[in-house]
Amino acid sequence: MSSRIIRTLTIAAIAGALAACSSVPLDENGAGSGMDSSASTGQVMDPFNPQSPLAQQRSVYFDFDSYTVPEQYRGVVEMHSGYLSSHPGQNVRVEGNTDARGSTEYNLALGQRRSDAVARMMTLLGVNANQIEAISFGKERPKALGNTEADYAENRRADFNYLR
Amino acid sequence: MYGITRRFWRHSARLAIGLLLMAGLPGLAAAQLRVDISGVGATQYPIAIADFSGSANAALVPEVIRADLTRSGQFRLIGTSGASLDAGSTIDYAAWQARGADYLAYGSVSQSGDHYTFDYRLVDNVRKAEIDQASIDGTESDMRRIAHQIADRIYEKITGIRGVFSTRIAYVLQTGNNYELQIADADGQNPQVMLRSKHAIISPAWSPDGKQLAYVSFESGKSVIYVQTLATGQRQPISNFKGNNSAPAWSPSGQKLAIVLSKDGISQIYTINTDGTDLRRLMRSPLIDTEPGYAPDGQYLVFTSDRGGSPQIYKVAADGGEAQRLTFSGSYNVSPKVSPDGQQLLYVTRRDGAFRIATLGLFSGNEQILTNGPDDQSPSYAPNGMQALYSAVQNGRSVLAVTSIDGRIHQTLSVLNGKVSEPAWGPFTH
Repeated sequence: MSSRIIRTLTIAAIAGALAACSSVPLDENGAGSGMDSSASTGQVMDPFNPQSPLAQQRSVYFDFDSYTVPEQYRGVVEMHSGYLSSHPGQNVRVEGNTDARGSTEYNLALGQRRSDAVARMMTLLGVNANQIEAISFGKERPKALGNTEADYAENRRADFNYLR
Repeated sequence: MYGITRRFWRHSARLAIGLLLMAGLPGLAAAQLRVDISGVGATQYPIAIADFSGSANAALVPEVIRADLTRSGQFRLIGTSGASLDAGSTIDYAAWQARGADYLAYGSVSQSGDHYTFDYRLVDNVRKAEIDQASIDGTESDMRRIAHQIADRIYEKITGIRGVFSTRIAYVLQTGNNYELQIADADGQNPQVMLRSKHAIISPAWSPDGKQLAYVSFESGKSVIYVQTLATGQRQPISNFKGNNSAPAWSPSGQKLAIVLSKDGISQIYTINTDGTDLRRLMRSPLIDTEPGYAPDGQYLVFTSDRGGSPQIYKVAADGGEAQRLTFSGSYNVSPKVSPDGQQLLYVTRRDGAFRIATLGLFSGNEQILTNGPDDQSPSYAPNGMQALYSAVQNGRSVLAVTSIDGRIHQTLSVLNGKVSEPAWGPFTH
C-alpha cells in the first residue's frame, strides 16, 4: 500500500470521525454513521460510488455572513484534498451557494467567496489549482426552498462536484 | 397666471385602476400582465382621447393610448361621450375646456386591406391651437406599436419629456425548473421568448441601441455571459473564463462590456470588447467588486463592493484607479444604476430588514426611499429617467413593478403564472 493511499485513508478516518461527532447537517441521511470504522477497514474512495465518503460528504456549511471554512468541516476538505492529490487527473468543481435574501449578483459573489475559501484551503493542502474550479450559484439553486432560519442555513453551503 | 395654474389638476384621490389588458396574440408567451396603479398627490394633465373614426378594427389604438397615459400617472382622462371626430373636424375648444379637458387627441383611420393609416391630431384647448399632428401607418399587428408611438408624441408635446411607451423591457420568467428570458412592451404586453432553459438565467442587460441583450446563463453548469441579437436570435458566449462570468454592463458606446470574473479568486470587475477580445482588469480589490454599471457619459462606473466591511456602492474612473464610496446610510446598498441625466443613483437598500428601492442625488447627497419592500430588487431606469422598473414580492408572489422616480406613483405589472425577476428597462430605439 502506497503512503499516499494510507494518507488518504487516514484523512478519511478523521473526516468520518469529525462528521460523526458533529451535529451539523450532512449531505445525505446517515452519511455520518459508521464512517470511522468502515474507513479503517478499507472504505472505497471513489467520488462516483454512492457508498464512498467522497460521494456522501460533499458539503461544507458556513455560518451566517461568514466566508471562512468552519473548523468542523476541515476534515471534509482534507478528505477531498487527499483524494485529488492522489488522483491528479481528476477535476472537481467547488460550488458555492447563498440563502435567497438580497441581490442576485451580490449573492453570486458571496457564494464565490465560499467556494474560493474551500479552494484555497485545498491548494494549501497540496491539490494542484488546475484540478479545482471554484464557482457559485449564488441564490439560484437553493437546496432548501423555505424561508426559515434552518432553510437559510442549509443554503449557506459549498459542494464538491466531481467532473467525469 | 390663472390659465397656467388651472392646467395642473391637483390629484389627491387614490387611484386604484385595474386594467386587465389582454394580449390576445397567438404564438406568444401565455403570460398576461395586470397593471395596478396607486399614487397620491401627483400633478396630472387633463386630456380627452377620442376614438379614431373610420374603422372599428382600430378601436384598440385609442384604448392603448388611454392606458399608456393613465399608467404614467401624469394624465387624467376626460370622457369623450357623444363626440364624433375625424382628422378634418373643427374643434370647439371652449366646449372641451368646459368638459375639463385642457388637451384633446383625435383623428381618422383609413383601411386598405390589412393596411391602416392613422391621421392623428392633438390640440391645446386652452391656447386654442393644434400642437401636434402625424400620419402613421401599419398592419393590424402593428396597432399596439402605433398606439404607443402616438402616446409618446402626446406625452412629449405636453410634458416636454420624451415618452417611453414604445420602449421594451426584458426579464426572466421562472415556472418550476423552466426559465424564460422574455422581452415585452413597456406595458408588459406582447411578451416574446428570447431564450428557454432548464437552468437559471440572470442579469439581462440591453445594448445601448436596443438590438442586443447580454445575459448570464447557467446552462453549461456554471455562469457564462452570452450576447444575443434580438432580430436574429443568434447568440454567442463572449466570456467563459474559469470560475464565474457575470454581471454584464454595456459601455454607452456599445463597444465594451464591464463584466465580473472570478478567474483569479473572488469576484472582480473587468472590461472586454463585445467580440470577446481585449480583456482588462479594472481594479485590484481585496474583497468583492460586482454589479458594475457605466455612467451615461462613459467616464466612470458605479459598482457594489464589500471592501469597507458591508456592501456599499462606489464609483471608479472608466480606466480604473482609486474608487470613491458613494453610499453611507445603512449596511446594505447594492445594484446601482446612474440616471440618464447623470444626476442620480438608483439602487437597493436594506432598511429595517426590508429591501427597498432608493435614489441618491449624486451632487446633492439627498437620499429618497421610493418603495417599502419587503424584497424589491433589480432596479433600472426608464430611458427618460422618470420611472424605475424593479422586481418585488407582493402577497407572496413575485411581480414586476414600476415606481415614478419621485416615489409617488406605483404600479404593478404582474405575471399571472410563475416567478418573474431580473427586469431591465430597454433604451429608446427610435
